[in-house]
Amino acid sequence: MNGAHDMGGMDGFGPIVIEANEPLFHAAWERRAFALTLAMGRPGGWNIDMSRFARENRAPIDYLSKSYYQLWLAGLEVLMAERGLVTADEIAAGRPLHPRRDVQVLTAADVTPMLARGAPTERDAAAPARFGVGDRVRAKDLHPRTHIRLPRYVRGRIGTIELVHGAHVFPDSHAHGGGEQPQWLYTVAFEARELWGDDADPTSRVSVDAWDSYLERA
Amino acid sequence: MADHEHHHHDHDHDHSDLSETELRVRALETILTEKGYVDPAALDELIETYETKVGPRNGAQVVAKAWSDPAYRERLLHDATAAIAELGYTGRQGEHIVAVENTPATHNMVVCTLCSCYPWPVLGLPPVWYKSAPYRSRVVKEPRAVLAEFGVTLPQDTAIRVWDSTAEIRYLVIPMRPDGSDDLSEGQLADLVTRDSMIGTGLARTPAEITA
Repeated sequence: MNGAHDMGGMDGFGPIVIEANEPLFHAAWERRAFALTLAMGRPGGWNIDMSRFARENRAPIDYLSKSYYQLWLAGLEVLMAERGLVTADEIAAGRPLHPRRDVQVLTAADVTPMLARGAPTERDAAAPARFGVGDRVRAKDLHPRTHIRLPRYVRGRIGTIELVHGAHVFPDSHAHGGGEQPQWLYTVAFEARELWGDDADPTSRVSVDAWDSYLERA
Repeated sequence: MADHEHHHHDHDHDHSDLSETELRVRALETILTEKGYVDPAALDELIETYETKVGPRNGAQVVAKAWSDPAYRERLLHDATAAIAELGYTGRQGEHIVAVENTPATHNMVVCTLCSCYPWPVLGLPPVWYKSAPYRSRVVKEPRAVLAEFGVTLPQDTAIRVWDSTAEIRYLVIPMRPDGSDDLSEGQLADLVTRDSMIGTGLARTPAEITA
């Protein structure tokens, strides 16, 4: 989706605010929101692509006015409501109002193995890679209303394949219950001038990771 | 100082509705605990892990080993996920890691313009600036200006490579080993490796900076 989350190349956000000796969490609620989000992955059964879409799929003013962990919280509430785990009326009431669903729970003993395992996305490839290192490709001009991981600033631009990562879970389908549908994943390098015009720094390049269906031969 | 004013402004903005959010999170935790969806001990374990066990010290060990062991450096550049796993750092948000090496000719920087992708097993959780709109919007378009705000000025002929983590690939920058570090042990070298140097918004510290 063309949301406010897709920030590459936007102007007007001002200088970068660097905080000396920044704490890991700035408020007690951030620590709780972080842990609740990770812990709810098991009973919730959603995947990272669903989580990302739940955070980014909101009006720009809402996205931009929430702090980072407020976005996590908002996304978590969407994911839980979609599955009937916790609903808006329960959050408003501050107590359970509906029956518990029968789901698996993350125990303390599960935490270390769960984190160590992660969620690798590489899968067996059904066919050889369409592109190889050095091939020239154009990022397609794609604007779905649904989840996509191709940033706007590279769409329509020509770059060069620089890494081939194997086949990986395709977020565009995975985010919306369409299954993993793995595709070849590539790193594509774009010259700054191709992205930002003749005034751009001629020595600078930007690489993005792009799935096969995002690209066409140039 | 402008940065200072912005810091306070942002801080207030981030927490302007602290009490409302705080209450909401407390209500949610109560509901989830009472419904039996979360185990309070699991929450403690998750927080403990990222507050005490997983952080940029892990990545610093990786870089220090790459600086001092040429065979390890080769393995790291060839298959970073496996080389980092040799040191015990695996898993969530580090399932597929690529290491990119700074040289006098090329400086690498990492961003996630779409969200906050970051190599958790080696760097821990990202700082606020990494997740912020100014960094995400600007680093792909004006990397030298961004570097200058971090106090890093590179020669004009140093090429800048920005890696936008748009998939599950996570990038770790191997900063250049500073001059005057030849006699240091691997442990001492790790002290030179900062979080920002492994994102590419900083350089490794010099031995003089450590002893000063």
